[in-house]
Amino acid sequence: MNDAHERATDRSDPLVQGERLDLASIRARLERERGEGFWRSLDEIAETHEFQEFMRKEFPRQAAPLESSLDRRAFLKLLGASMALAGLAACARPPAPREQIVPYVRQPEEITPGKPLFFATAVVEGGYAEGVLAESHQGRPTRVEGNPDHPASLGAIAPTVSATVLSLYDPDRSQSVLERGSARTWEQYVAALREALEASSDGSGVRLLTETITSPTVGQQLRRLLEAYPNARWHQWDPLRSDAPLAGARSAYGEDLVPVYDLGAADVVLSLDADFTNRGPGRLRYARDFARRRRVRSAEDDMNRLWQVESTPSPTGSLADHRLPLAPADIAALAGYLATEFGVAGAPSTGLPERVPEAWAEALIDDLREHAGRSLVIAGLDQTPAVHALAYALNEALGNAGETVRFVASPEAAPTVQADDLADLSAAMQAGDVHTLMIIGANPAYTAPAALRFDEAMALVERSFHLGQGFDETAALATWHAPQAHVLETWGDARAFDGTVTLTQPLFSPFYGGRSELELFAALLGEARTNPYDVIRDAWRARVEGDFDAFWQRTLYRGVVDDSASSERSPTLQPLSGLELPPDAELVLHVVPDPSLADGRHANNGWLQELPRPFTKLTWDNAAILAPATAQALGVSKEDRLAITTTEGEVTLPVWVQPGQAPGVISAWLGYGRRAAGRVGNGVGVDLAPVRSLAGPVTRVSGATRARGRHRLATTQPHHNLDGTGERRHIVRAGTLAELRAEPDYPTFVHPVAHHESDIFPDWPYDSYQWGMVIDMTVCTGCNACVTACQSENNIPIVGKDQVLVGREMHWIRVDAYHHGGLDDPAFYHMPMACQHCEKAPCEPVCPVAATVHDSEGLNVMVYNRCVGTRYCANNCPYKVRRFNYLQYAELSTNASELSLANNPEVTVRSRGVMEKCTYCTQRINAARIQAGNEGRRIRDGEVVTACQSACPTEAIVFGDLADERSSVSQAKRSVLDFALLEELNTVPRTTYLARVSNPHPALDPNGGA
Amino acid sequence: MPQHFPPNTNAFVRWAILGGGAFVVALLVALPIFARTMNNAVGVPVAQPIDFAHNLHSAQLGIDCRYCHTTVEVAASANVPASETCMTCHSQVRVGSPQLEALWTSWENDQAVRWNRVHDMPDYVYFNHSAHITNGVGCSTCHGLVDQMDGIWKTEPMTMGWCMECHRAPERFLRPRSEVFNMAYRPPSDQLVLGSELVAAYHIDTDVLIQCSVCHR
Repeated sequence: MNDAHERATDRSDPLVQGERLDLASIRARLERERGEGFWRSLDEIAETHEFQEFMRKEFPRQAAPLESSLDRRAFLKLLGASMALAGLAACARPPAPREQIVPYVRQPEEITPGKPLFFATAVVEGGYAEGVLAESHQGRPTRVEGNPDHPASLGAIAPTVSATVLSLYDPDRSQSVLERGSARTWEQYVAALREALEASSDGSGVRLLTETITSPTVGQQLRRLLEAYPNARWHQWDPLRSDAPLAGARSAYGEDLVPVYDLGAADVVLSLDADFTNRGPGRLRYARDFARRRRVRSAEDDMNRLWQVESTPSPTGSLADHRLPLAPADIAALAGYLATEFGVAGAPSTGLPERVPEAWAEALIDDLREHAGRSLVIAGLDQTPAVHALAYALNEALGNAGETVRFVASPEAAPTVQADDLADLSAAMQAGDVHTLMIIGANPAYTAPAALRFDEAMALVERSFHLGQGFDETAALATWHAPQAHVLETWGDARAFDGTVTLTQPLFSPFYGGRSELELFAALLGEARTNPYDVIRDAWRARVEGDFDAFWQRTLYRGVVDDSASSERSPTLQPLSGLELPPDAELVLHVVPDPSLADGRHANNGWLQELPRPFTKLTWDNAAILAPATAQALGVSKEDRLAITTTEGEVTLPVWVQPGQAPGVISAWLGYGRRAAGRVGNGVGVDLAPVRSLAGPVTRVSGATRARGRHRLATTQPHHNLDGTGERRHIVRAGTLAELRAEPDYPTFVHPVAHHESDIFPDWPYDSYQWGMVIDMTVCTGCNACVTACQSENNIPIVGKDQVLVGREMHWIRVDAYHHGGLDDPAFYHMPMACQHCEKAPCEPVCPVAATVHDSEGLNVMVYNRCVGTRYCANNCPYKVRRFNYLQYAELSTNASELSLANNPEVTVRSRGVMEKCTYCTQRINAARIQAGNEGRRIRDGEVVTACQSACPTEAIVFGDLADERSSVSQAKRSVLDFALLEELNTVPRTTYLARVSNPHPALDPNGGA
Repeated sequence: MPQHFPPNTNAFVRWAILGGGAFVVALLVALPIFARTMNNAVGVPVAQPIDFAHNLHSAQLGIDCRYCHTTVEVAASANVPASETCMTCHSQVRVGSPQLEALWTSWENDQAVRWNRVHDMPDYVYFNHSAHITNGVGCSTCHGLVDQMDGIWKTEPMTMGWCMECHRAPERFLRPRSEVFNMAYRPPSDQLVLGSELVAAYHIDTDVLIQCSVCHR
């Protein structure tokens, strides 16, 4: 891949080289021409060559560059010869290798070959559990979906969690126990560790570092271990977890509490930089509750109102009725100002920040006051503890405590301020006080800020023992390393955001021989039974009264331990004092976990690397995300390189210009520049360790200058553009609740222009099911859950950065982000785009081999075995949703790589030269049809759930039978907000959209964006 | 312009055209025959690690198909039996027979018997046994009189054209559900009448049967 990239970068080609954007002229053009329109990218406004190439040609680079130079004669000779030989070869099928059937010796009772089993378990990320149903085909895990019974999931799933099956089979996972590079056994590893522990007798000089632990059983083991070795110390470090909510609760309530929000009860939500639908352990639940209060189908429906101030556009913020881009210091100052206004004792007296318009603040205060007890203030994970304390105090002052927010004891086994914890450990190591260090799961050699010099400190430790899934940066420095089991490979338990416990169960034995920390700690405690199954059962047997086997069965079946949620506390607010708000700074660096790779733990997962990040649609790179005004002030533009100096150090990042970013804030994603992630993740992007600080995610920037050279960023933003601006096509339809109520029957914003229906093509006759889909733009946050869920369900390959640069990404569903308004503070709209399954599909008549045809249930089906790759269909598709396999992206042989084990056996793996696209999950329709047929009934509403629909945290996607008037999809289609995309083309798509409705405060101009 | 070719060249051209035409016709006849028989291994016994005789077990001993092929009514595949299924009898019957050595080895070493696949669909075809059983397609309709075979081989070409013969007109082949596993079943003389009744009784949507998406995903 690298060779190809270097070769490609030699070319003087707009797609390879990119073009420098002139921000001033973009700003001018936008103000002059496009004030009213919707736009997707800055390239679109600038009309760069690159954009033109993507816009005018469906496939900008039709052919792969020829590797060898063939002269004309040789080419013709080869052509003739291959024609002749092809004729001969066609007479006989090449003898296929005889396949074998390998049945069981003793067939497990519950397994029916060909029918998957589902196990209720949980995937643990950042210590917290999100419930999943894991699908297993004869012992082979292929997919995870959300568990509807789990309070943190309710059936939804985050993209990183969907992608975990790929990480499970990752051949770069660690596979053997090593001592300084030499192979050892697990027994030797345990023996060496026990020896080290016993040598210290009371545990002095012994330190343990883990990620956040919510597991009751691991917590119990660690407490016992610390009792046995009283001078040993346990530290926790997890860059995904924010210390601020806990630290804020300590100063506001004096207790280790965490807030649990009830967004279903909140009429008005103020989010202080909180991306609550997308980050943090309760994200999926909050997204669903929030969306349920926001969904509008008719003028009678009510909706909540979201006020959002944030530094960088977030999926949550893009839904806001009033969004204001603010620097972190301004957000803190606004919190202080509001607290003062609502009479919070001890609130720091700050005035209203300059960037917040007075009318905006007044309307916000009115709105909060009017909805006291039914409002909610949420502080973001990257805000300081002071802002969290202020948010808690505001909720108390508004009477929201106990109504929309309640407090529970922290689900963590030992809640700590982890930044301090890591600093303590590092200091002890530097001082030579540590002779034995155990690191379980964490990767501090990569995730710790460089200023801490954790790698140097590790060298001072006599013996270090690492247990991790990969042989990562930390493993390379440790004396001993052992592979850790994946959560789908072993027994365990973990708590969710509200304290609910899930017993996690394995789907198969560890694929690469990994071990569980439960097993390690049990061995260190000298227990007789160290098998994780026994450990978990013994631990829970002691906790459960009554019939244990009944408890065990019920709990594993449902995926949650009954009534295990933390009990609600009613703490009293202490008077606030000594709250320090961050000082104003001209330019700050805001380090955010990557939307896909998190803190880099998913860096070797190709699905997540290639997932176009929300808004920027960047793949395979991180960047310095700048507001257009900041970029202009610094004299840089997209893809320039920017050298950023902070108090901590220096880093050079490529520039991404992001409309809606707060001026004076550089946002950059964590998780890149991995040195030991594996073949996929190594060397992708830039490591931010040199500029990170333990003090918080925001640091002051002392210098930012343009560095030499440029760096090409692979963004999918200009790809597959529907040309919404050339002629006014009304792609995005958006209005306010007031507008809807003014015209409840036929809102103008839903139907800005009347179109004539065409009668050239006859209607298709139907007498069976008619599948259809509705996507609700009012609640779509653009979080990408659907994209990864689809990728996992439909065996969609990744293509690599070079191929993304020329527009060949293969995702069947993409989320188009549209902007409306000016360059600095546009409104955002997300439009998930997959095959629309047109009734009068333009792709069908142009296929010369009838490889894409209409079926009797309305699906536009793609027949891979007929396709000869003319690509006429894609050329004729106005929605640009068809994807072509230019190269052999997918692994055809099941023996080629372990990764092919993650494939869904119900979906064909496509080969080179074949067109593909969304099938409405036809394999799921077929499975339901066969099941219903065998039971002699019709398919029920809700029986066919597409992969994207099942993943969606906000239930924005509804699928079902349009022939059934009572089906949920039929009801959604009857909404007055329903519109067909590009309806003027009379393609009559089966996927339709519900127009975006917002609910701005009456006192503020709805079009001004405040 | 001088004449380049002697007059008898015309005859050559004439014969070449006729011969070419005949060749094309012969090809059109021969290729489908070839494709449907030899190239698809129709009638060619497939060697197996154990010389399992369907005729002995099925016809002579009267064991139902579903005793071994347990999942045929509920799943896509018909399930080749686990060694344990064989051992339900063979732990008592013909113990020590050299013919069953592969079975003993499997049972004792906990290693599967590796059978050779006889009916191999392309990977883009998703055939489902349970749907066919439910809708009255008999075992013998596709697999022939397996109960008369001393080995195992394909009796039908299992090409797409062959599938479509039934998918276009299922009434030609359907039998009552009660007769699906009856290897001695012979279609009645009024098959088309019976078949049409069955299509209606089983609510078979004949429009769906000819859709690509039914088998290809």
